Amino acid sequence: MSDTITLKYDVSTDDFTRAGEASSDVKRKLKNMNVNPEAVRKVAIAMYEGEINMVIHANGGVITVTIDPDCITMILADKGPGIPDIAKAMQAGYSTAPDNVRDLGFGAGMGLPNMKKYSDDMKIETELGVGTTVTMKVFLAA
Amino acid sequence: MTVKELIDSGKFEVVNVGAATDTKITDVFCCDLLSIAMSRGIEGAAWVTVMGNINTLAVLSLTDMSCIVLAEGTNLDQAAKAKAIEQKITVLRTDEPEFKAGLYIHGKLG
Ligand SMILES: Nc1ncnc2c1ncn2[C@@H]1O[C@H](COP(=O)(O)OP(=O)(O)O)[C@@H](O)[C@H]1O
Ligand SMILES: [Mg+2]
Repeated sequence: MSDTITLKYDVSTDDFTRAGEASSDVKRKLKNMNVNPEAVRKVAIAMYEGEINMVIHANGGVITVTIDPDCITMILADKGPGIPDIAKAMQAGYSTAPDNVRDLGFGAGMGLPNMKKYSDDMKIETELGVGTTVTMKVFLAA
Repeated sequence: MTVKELIDSGKFEVVNVGAATDTKITDVFCCDLLSIAMSRGIEGAAWVTVMGNINTLAVLSLTDMSCIVLAEGTNLDQAAKAKAIEQKITVLRTDEPEFKAGLYIHGKLG
């Protein structure tokens, strides 16, 4: 695995029936590349939560995953409403998800905390009315 | 116990028989909040839940749990049923509460 591999996914609006497909696809590919299982699990969890957030809170977006020999980078970019208070959004249990989303088992306010926990590095860039870009990295032990 | 042995126990109604039914059931996991299931789901566990939507299936495959057992008389919705068939995921169901269903499976582990 010497070159960089780039994967790109369009995550569409409000399509709960497909939410999770991008994360599942990345998980499958990483497994096939024999990336260590712990790193695969971290990527799958962090990316799934980010993918769901794009669908619930931001009308979808684009996920770019780059796989380097020492690091997996996930960039989740949306043109949603932005996050007014990142510190508040990061609190476990904080959620603005509507009832119909809660009825599906989401909206526990655990997404961003899980993303922070399972990635080795996370950065959120957000602008109200413009969108949010979350960049997460999972490092691969040599 | 394997997934096939759980199916064959006759204890649960079969919604879908998936692939890899020779997978060993390693544990029982009960939870209905998907973010918690996503981060805490145990590889190989039978997942007892009342959530029968498409996202339940996504969480199952991302966490490598072995099968879904729907409790409290819940069932997969139509889209989820189609997805379970397509993705070859084993789904069972029962009218029993989660704890009782989970306890039964736990008693058969080994
Ligand atoms: N991509 C996003 N765009 C806009 N708001 C977001 C985004 N991701 C998260 N948020 C905000 O942060 C809150 C907390 O997110 P999270 O921890 O994933 O919990 P949940 O998704 O269960 O609400 C959300 O309820 C929402 O208000
Ligand atoms: Mg979330």
